[in-house]
Amino acid sequence: MTPLLLAAHDVVPARSQMGASLGFHIIFACFGVAMPTVLLAAHWIGLRRGNATALLLARRWSKVMAVIFAVGAVSGTVLSYELGLLWPGLMGVYGPAFGIPFSIEAIWFFVEAIFTAIYLYGWRKLPPWLHWWTGVPLVISGVLGALSVVAANSWLNQPGGYTMSHGRITSVDPWSVVFNKATPYEVPHMILAAYMVVGFTMAGVYAWGMVRGRRDAYHRLGFLISFATGAIAAPIQVVFGDTVARVIEQQQPQKFAAMELVAKTHSHVTEWLGGFEYHGHVYFGIGVPSFDSILVGYSPSRKIIGWDSVPVQDRAPLPDLIHLAFNVMVAVGVGLVVLAAWQGWVYWFRRTVPNTKWFLIPATFAGLGAIAAMESGWIVTEVGRQPWVVYHVLRTSDAVTTSGGVPVTLVFTIVIYAVLTGVTVFVPMLMGKRWRASTPPPPDDPDDAPRQPPVPLGSEQPVG
Amino acid sequence: MSTPWESIVVGVALLGTMAAYALFAGADFGGGIWDLLAGSTERGERPREAIDRSVTPVWEGNQTWIVLGIVFVWTAYPSAFAAIMTSLFIPLSLSLLGILLRGIGFAFRHEAKKLRTQQFAGVLFAASSFLAPFFLGAAVGAVSTGRVRNDHHGDVLSAWVNAVALVTGALFVATCAFVGGMYLIGDSHRRGDEDMAKYFHYRTIGAGVVSAVLAFVNLLLMHGDAPYVFHRLIGPALPFMIVSVAGGAFAFVLVVLRKQFALRIATGVCVVCVVGAWGFAQYPYLLPTSLSLAEGSAPTAALLAEFAVIGLALLFVAPAFVYLYWLQQHERLAVTEESDVLEQAGAAENRLARTAPAPVGLRLATAVVIGVAGVDIAREGLARLRRLRRDRTYGPGIRRPRD
Repeated sequence: MTPLLLAAHDVVPARSQMGASLGFHIIFACFGVAMPTVLLAAHWIGLRRGNATALLLARRWSKVMAVIFAVGAVSGTVLSYELGLLWPGLMGVYGPAFGIPFSIEAIWFFVEAIFTAIYLYGWRKLPPWLHWWTGVPLVISGVLGALSVVAANSWLNQPGGYTMSHGRITSVDPWSVVFNKATPYEVPHMILAAYMVVGFTMAGVYAWGMVRGRRDAYHRLGFLISFATGAIAAPIQVVFGDTVARVIEQQQPQKFAAMELVAKTHSHVTEWLGGFEYHGHVYFGIGVPSFDSILVGYSPSRKIIGWDSVPVQDRAPLPDLIHLAFNVMVAVGVGLVVLAAWQGWVYWFRRTVPNTKWFLIPATFAGLGAIAAMESGWIVTEVGRQPWVVYHVLRTSDAVTTSGGVPVTLVFTIVIYAVLTGVTVFVPMLMGKRWRASTPPPPDDPDDAPRQPPVPLGSEQPVG
Repeated sequence: MSTPWESIVVGVALLGTMAAYALFAGADFGGGIWDLLAGSTERGERPREAIDRSVTPVWEGNQTWIVLGIVFVWTAYPSAFAAIMTSLFIPLSLSLLGILLRGIGFAFRHEAKKLRTQQFAGVLFAASSFLAPFFLGAAVGAVSTGRVRNDHHGDVLSAWVNAVALVTGALFVATCAFVGGMYLIGDSHRRGDEDMAKYFHYRTIGAGVVSAVLAFVNLLLMHGDAPYVFHRLIGPALPFMIVSVAGGAFAFVLVVLRKQFALRIATGVCVVCVVGAWGFAQYPYLLPTSLSLAEGSAPTAALLAEFAVIGLALLFVAPAFVYLYWLQQHERLAVTEESDVLEQAGAAENRLARTAPAPVGLRLATAVVIGVAGVDIAREGLARLRRLRRDRTYGPGIRRPRD
């Protein structure tokens, strides 16, 4: 804990501000990345099957997407101000390398803005399928935008692709800056997370409607399309995340040591679920002997590097926080897979949504869970990289601004983000309220109608 | 120290982005200004509707030019970015607030059902159309006076609270109104709405006169307060100024004569050349006269990387932007609620029952595939464990010795 206190008085306000801003922005960003896909899925079902409910959902989602996109644009601009204002030591020296992925991101952002407008206002006059295709650039630019921005972060984790002389960057290889050693795992991990956040959050809206008794075709379809997006991404994410942890153990052993509370380098490392470390002992945790070694090297005798391998000032601060965040992320991920499997099972055999509060209430909060998991993941990455801002190259305390006034801008940004959050939450809520008021209640879900005599398995025919 | 050519190329790209922002977002802000000046709810209903139809589908794309501009300054001229951000923190934050409020206004405007909320959102949108160009103009004016200095000790107030900066801000507002008026005249003509075309004609003439006066006053003020830029403006940058004034005067005459021919082109020439003149007048300085282009440029490698960004912009952004405007100018983008597609689908849906579960054969096949894959993965894992154990006993990659 000492390293945090050593650098505390300069770095902490700046880091809090950056952390708060990124923590807010990443949620908006997720919607920019993944929402077009969910939307186009609904739109496709609507056009392909002539399903008016699906089209109505797509239309309404497109309006919500436009609001979130506008808000995300503002919060992204605030972030770009902040990077320059708070971290002159990073931007001034490493900007030529670190800035490249951001410049590329501007292009994808622009493409996204243009096609958001075309898609949003194309509903009436564009030919239906052409209109559907104008949404496709949104999906592509969302993924490419995520690639560029997350690549900037992964460059901080595994810097490379530049040469320095006399404290200045003299040459840059843009390709190896963008595709650095951490890009191959950080970028897909984040894109999958975005799909989970968006899918489960949107599904939560309809799950809550169903808990409240609005079990009509509209809610059912809205739930299924968005939940399916999250449910497909979740198991892939869990398997992929397992691999990511193993690579972290190779590339950033200090971060991994904090994640798993490994104080001393040794073999037969215990895997701790929960718990706090104090003087080399873990309290209140559930330990599985040797399991950590097995997870990393498929063998109990695999040696894992502990944080005692480096001097105190090079260790990650707050290992308990990192460990807890890591545990939350994994636990939520596994929980969401269970939920997804439940829905998958019911859909496979009965083509419907489980009609029980035991499913619907967790499903309502699945989105919040996914957001918590994603935020925890970012805590692991960012706090785990400390005390470095550029891993093994630049210390955070050397990059932070020397001018005062950071607490002032901290307040300023918190106010901006409070407003933005208000807009993102209340505008869609207002829309939803009005939509409910303006349309007559849709036909009841056939699943809620009195059941017909059971049909012998295999005798049903696909309809339509 | 001579200026590297890479730096000049990126600088020209930056000026191009600024000119595009001035033209497109300018027309967009101009629409908002005319919305604000359209009078009471009843009187202003028709012009407000015309403005809404012309501006709403394209505003997001228009505003995005500034992001591209920020990125260019940020990556290619980091020290200028830092100095500008520090000294001009207040006007830039206020312009950002303006852009933000506009976005919120747009979001609410079409969603609000009550007249009162609608009016509030409309005012929010219109007022921020004043706010954003005024403070951006003030920021540009402040840079040209040389009060934004590289040593980071520029005063956060006096840098932009001075005659040149404030008049530049007002000039930006008037020019936006002029450009927006031009754009709206064209759109009204195309829709065959001659009343509205006439309505915007008168107002555009007014905005043109105000812009010309403000531009002249600004030039006079710059003589005293921004000597470096002033002398370059009437010196090497004079051709740009002449073309710009000619374009503006030509556009003005066209408006007065109510001619459609080349109206938008003339306006475009006027705006692009004035941005060019300003850029050329600042040369070779980024921040006159404390930071030159050569000193303030990022290393060559980073500038070369910006070339890739310019290339991507030409490849992806330009065609998409042209497509957006093509659709808008052909009335393919509509703000209205009803949807033909939705109605057709509604009719079709009545014929449809819900989708049926997958046939039993498919279910069985999937179960078999999953089962086989599961067994295989388990076997693979076990084999790996066995291999690890063997490696540990006999050394890596060595087979068990034959007895």
